[in-house]
Amino acid sequence: MAALLVALGASVGAPLRYLINHCLRLRWDTTPTTGTLTVNVIGSFILGLLAGGAIDGNWMALVGTGFCGALTTFSTLALELQDAFTDERPRDAVTNVALSLVLGVGAAWLGWILTS
Amino acid sequence: MSTPAAQPDSTLLLGIASGGVVGSLGRYAVGMALPHPRGAFPWSTLVVNLTGALAMGLLVAFLVAKPGSHRLARPVIGVGVLGGWTTFSAFAVDAVTLLETGHGGEAGAYVLASFLGAVLAVWLGSAVGQRIWTAE
Repeated sequence: MAALLVALGASVGAPLRYLINHCLRLRWDTTPTTGTLTVNVIGSFILGLLAGGAIDGNWMALVGTGFCGALTTFSTLALELQDAFTDERPRDAVTNVALSLVLGVGAAWLGWILTS
Repeated sequence: MSTPAAQPDSTLLLGIASGGVVGSLGRYAVGMALPHPRGAFPWSTLVVNLTGALAMGLLVAFLVAKPGSHRLARPVIGVGVLGGWTTFSAFAVDAVTLLETGHGGEAGAYVLASFLGAVLAVWLGSAVGQRIWTAE
């Protein structure tokens, strides 16, 4: 049952990530890195809300593990960081790590304290 | 390399959704195999994020070496499967949980291992992939 809910959440989260990225680029001409940061911050906030409220079981499987897990990504973030180093843009990499930590982990923390 | 700028048609979105389901179920299985109670070191998240970064390096090397690859290969595998397999939200909540349960040292080590490890994993995957596919 839980696995089915994970799959259901992921089937929404994964394409939504692509659509958010796409819309940001169309509307504000943002870079892919901004899109990755945006989905990671949104997903971290939602998962923070669930974790702070000690939500477990089916809702965690559907919204947390499935939806937030598929909406957010660490592999693309790592690729963007590695690209920045390879292209000799180390400051971009440092900025991206700092923003991911402050905004991403900050959003998770904010969600956590709002519900705990 | 940036994510593809393809117009989001239904085939593309369905492909990404399917990939996301596969990757997320895999991550869920890893989480079941390596469960961590609140405040314990989140090995399962670290494992999926580092292996996903390695796979991303391999994927990019493959796509660069084979420019004629199917247009859905990158979004379905890169955004769907690997995006589903890896997670930033669990990473962020893991870090907060470690901090909130008084494990500041572990939180620092976890954040460092995740970022440093993932960048090295992409580099390794891409170096190995280049050796395999550009030599052909």
